[in-house]
Amino acid sequence: MIVGEQKPIEELWESIKGHQKVLVFGCNTCVAVCQQGGNKEAEILASLLRMKATQEGVEMEIQDSGIERQCEHEFFEKAEGRIQWADAVLSTACGIGVQFMAEKYAKPVYPGLNTTFLGAVEKLGHYVERCQACGQCILAATGGICPIARCAKRLLNGPCGGSTKGHCEINKDVPCAWQLIVDRLQQLNLMERYEDLAPIKNWSTDRAGGPRKLVREDVQL
Amino acid sequence: MSAKTPSRLEKILRAGHLAVTSECGPPRGSDPKEIVHKAEMIKNHVDAINITDNQTSVCRLCSLASCIHLKQLGLEPVLQMVTRDRNRIALQSDILGAASWDIHNILCLSGDHQSFGDSPQGQNVHDLDSLQLLQTVRKMRDEGKFLGGDDIKRPPAMFVGAAANPFADPFEIRVPRLAKKVKAGAEFIQTQCIYNLEKFELWMRQLVDRGLHEQVYILAGLTPMKSAGMARYMKNRVPGMDVPDAVVKRLADTPKDKQAEEGIKICIESIQRLKEVKGVAGFHIMAIEWEEKVPGIVEAAGLYPRPSV
Repeated sequence: MIVGEQKPIEELWESIKGHQKVLVFGCNTCVAVCQQGGNKEAEILASLLRMKATQEGVEMEIQDSGIERQCEHEFFEKAEGRIQWADAVLSTACGIGVQFMAEKYAKPVYPGLNTTFLGAVEKLGHYVERCQACGQCILAATGGICPIARCAKRLLNGPCGGSTKGHCEINKDVPCAWQLIVDRLQQLNLMERYEDLAPIKNWSTDRAGGPRKLVREDVQL
Repeated sequence: MSAKTPSRLEKILRAGHLAVTSECGPPRGSDPKEIVHKAEMIKNHVDAINITDNQTSVCRLCSLASCIHLKQLGLEPVLQMVTRDRNRIALQSDILGAASWDIHNILCLSGDHQSFGDSPQGQNVHDLDSLQLLQTVRKMRDEGKFLGGDDIKRPPAMFVGAAANPFADPFEIRVPRLAKKVKAGAEFIQTQCIYNLEKFELWMRQLVDRGLHEQVYILAGLTPMKSAGMARYMKNRVPGMDVPDAVVKRLADTPKDKQAEEGIKICIESIQRLKEVKGVAGFHIMAIEWEEKVPGIVEAAGLYPRPSV
């Protein structure tokens, strides 16, 4: 899922302070799991911003609403009234939702979150990065652990010299991806694979190749 | 094996001499005098001089320009090149740039993470990793081709090296990792600073068992300690460094004004011991901002005069 983190109130206030009717708009799928941008969080954020407006002595009406996903047209219908009412939207979706919404409506749509990564819920309250969507999955060769997402240098052929007692040289709280890969290959009795040279990667399927698009002729209406 | 390049370092190693290399860090400014001065101090006592490439991710005068300054003095530089800061276009371009100045040695590295340096907010590139850079240089040299497949007019003639850290984790892949670097095309290896001699010797035994010493020249890396404080810092703060308690204690038990001398003594004793280790083909002496000590170490370790080839 996509993980996000709410921006500081001060920064949000800078975005919305010139508007009269602001809608704080939640996205109740990915960013609701990390409890940053769901409809409940949008509601809480709206009250915080109302307090901020009072403190600042600014006349402003702030409402909240939300839908299941801000990255698909069909979900917007039920919130159409609220969206039309507002003269600006503070979206607590990921960057995809914010942009998708801005493309649909001729009014300012501001980001309420910093979109941080594609991750998993390691345990309650712990969200961890697992994939960078490079467009060409190499997990089959690395024991199911991605060095692109999990090695600070995205090394494809093994650990750097800074791997110490299982952690990465940048931070003791970060596990060394290659230690994990080696442990996993050993567990699977596949250590001989470690000596296969990883081919030079084709990054054209990654960000380097420009915006990516998938078209499925078979599912189009 | 006959030499594949005009590299003096390669000729010395192939002739069976114990090679001696050292390294100099470029200045944080555009005045070349500093790097020239450092090189002048050590030039008669080493076979080649590595020039670091923005080491510890602190921005400095570039390795390539520094190598050219050395070349103009008639010295033998080893161009260090990290994959952190350049993509494959820039790497190949800089390799050709170096070759145009007849720089005949290259050391392929991934580079310290940028969070350690003066630009922690910068991007890191890592389009290739260090093993893929090794493959790239070998392809350019041996096949005369760019990674993209096109022919190179006057391919680079470089002796190709890599680093190895016998002390990093996971230990069980230390030898496989070296084998992988050899497979990728490494012809010489300069190791991380060695303080734990037993562990280094164990690593050497394991690689000799696999016959890797016949496929690659291993230059043992040494850095003399300046003080007990430096030893503690290296032990506790530098990732991938293995400094045994005995080394720290020996320095700490020495009066402060004699610690530097003791550090040099440890370094010389280490070289003398490692000279006898099967598979050790030479020494890489990294006297960090202490280049003036290199000649004395080389002489005391019985590695002077340097052979002429």
